Amino acid sequence: MANELLFFMEVLVGGLLAGTMYSLVALGFVLIFKASATFNFSQGAMVFFSVLAFCGFMQDFNIPFVLAFILAAFLMVVVGLCTERLVLRPLMNASEDTVLMATIGLGYVLEGLAQAAWGVEVRRLDLGIGDFPVPWIADNLKLFISALDITAGLVAAIMIIGLFLLFKYTKIGLGLRAVADDAGAASSIGIPLKHIMLLVWSAAGVVALVAGMMWGARAGVQFALVDLALKALPVLIIGGFSSIPGAIIGGLIIGAVEKILEVYIGPFFGGAIEGWAPYVLAIFFLLYRPEGLFGEKIIRRV
Amino acid sequence: MKPIFMTYTKKDLINLAVCMVLSVLIIPTFIKTEYWYTSILIPWLCLALATIGQQIVMGYTGQLALGAAGFMAAGAFAMFNLILRVPDLGFVGSLIVSGLIAAAFGILFGLPSLKVRGIYLMVATLASQFFIIWMIDKFGWFKNYDSSGIITAQDIVILGKPFTTPLAMYFVCLAVTTILTLLAMNMARGSTGRNWMAVRDMDIAAESMGVSLLRTKVQAFAISAFYCGVAGALFAFCYLKSLEPVAFDIKLSFKILFMCILGGLGTINGAFIGAAFILLFPVLLNAIGNNVFHGAIDATIISSIEQVIFGLLMIIFMIYEPLGMAKLWENLKQSIRSKLSSSGIKGIKSPVLKK
Repeated sequence: MANELLFFMEVLVGGLLAGTMYSLVALGFVLIFKASATFNFSQGAMVFFSVLAFCGFMQDFNIPFVLAFILAAFLMVVVGLCTERLVLRPLMNASEDTVLMATIGLGYVLEGLAQAAWGVEVRRLDLGIGDFPVPWIADNLKLFISALDITAGLVAAIMIIGLFLLFKYTKIGLGLRAVADDAGAASSIGIPLKHIMLLVWSAAGVVALVAGMMWGARAGVQFALVDLALKALPVLIIGGFSSIPGAIIGGLIIGAVEKILEVYIGPFFGGAIEGWAPYVLAIFFLLYRPEGLFGEKIIRRV
Repeated sequence: MKPIFMTYTKKDLINLAVCMVLSVLIIPTFIKTEYWYTSILIPWLCLALATIGQQIVMGYTGQLALGAAGFMAAGAFAMFNLILRVPDLGFVGSLIVSGLIAAAFGILFGLPSLKVRGIYLMVATLASQFFIIWMIDKFGWFKNYDSSGIITAQDIVILGKPFTTPLAMYFVCLAVTTILTLLAMNMARGSTGRNWMAVRDMDIAAESMGVSLLRTKVQAFAISAFYCGVAGALFAFCYLKSLEPVAFDIKLSFKILFMCILGGLGTINGAFIGAAFILLFPVLLNAIGNNVFHGAIDATIISSIEQVIFGLLMIIFMIYEPLGMAKLWENLKQSIRSKLSSSGIKGIKSPVLKK
């Protein structure tokens, strides 16, 4: 019995920590949605693009880790700048769905560019953190938890606290919230809309880079990252599109539920149900709480 | 009784006649190479049909759905099992029933559209995409316990006659596509389509005017999935000639979405234009790569470039012409017509303000 409980705990903790990886991807979506009510479908492609560039800098040009990170982050700022100038500004008054379609196109562009520049083969990314159980925890608590999972959890926690403080206590954060509330009113009182957008897209780019590094260290840097990032969508639905804590909680729920379902129910169906379980979970959430756990209630008028 | 078929204008009949002459007489007489049939015309017709399905739910009813390939897979595997297990049904019967099976899935996964819209609905329809592919993959019964993963599709036999040559298969696809396209046009112009468009333009307003949202949305999803199912069955039996779930992955769904949007949302001819473009453009790029650069550019680079161009086009169309290529075509016709008429009739001049 104790063993079973221990096993359950192990599955649960593993799932929760894996869930923080989804949270990291979802965080990028939330940042952009919060500031511009734009759903950025290309976030997954940004994850792939940024981490592939990072790997490319490190492996093809032998640039040291820190410098490669800075270069990749700078690249994402450039991407953000181009997106703001070339895609978002012309679509300022377009409908939500039109902007969504444009970001799907943007995703295609980024995926194509990344593969054209750095090739299509799977790259190994070694962060110096092993994807194996931490011996100390395995010995003392009898739980087998990967070091990479713990790192991802810590990184996610740091980023969330940082972003939370930024939104809550800085002038930039206040501007961001004002723009999110009503872009027209915000710009009429002198908040520079362009700079805010650029800032948000750059921040989302850096978040994408960090998420990509975590995913890349686990699964290799490859095109499948884009599909993995799609799983951030159910995370967002559960957490709510405009809530940073929501992204985290949503990620944890998805991570834990999909692992538990996979381990306890999966064998009855031949396994691999984690491919669709998050989406079905999201549908149930949609039926009962369409705005997500922490989202704002959507009221539509004729 | 309500008339089932709309009255067609003279222009419609001329268009239909031109298309029929072109596809039934001219193409088979002048195109003799098999490559054109097996790699371009047959997939074009199949994908155009699937794109019409996507148009119905997205272009006409305004519901963002992203699971066309899942319904195609449902149709294809339903077809395989029906021919295998219920041989009495015949090819046409199986095709219709497999479309209906896909439609059942469409209804099931279309239900969330009653509560949610936009990106939320997109995620819900992604569930159908992943679930259907997983189901086919995991339950051996659907694949007749074939362990290799790729099943050969059965030969097409209609009324005892085999349709195995590329030309014959082309005619099968052409016949099905023509009938379903005509039906789709009918629906789009009739009260069904008007209800769809009312829901698309403002669902709350439509509801308050007495359009049943439940009925309209579920109907749109069912019909859309029916089209995708039939298209999937044809795609597997006439083009791929094999069945594997991987062929119907999320990438195909995105492809159909692109065909739908680049072609022109809310138009039937846009489905054909979009499908032709997405299908022919890579062929063109490869031809340029092989003939101009003599293979100096790697094939993977070419496919990456293709992806970049599709993405760029999507952005450009969203910015400058959200109604897609069908609208461009319409504008072109309009400008030619106005040029012709301005040179022909001198009497009427457009008012010009003088400074």
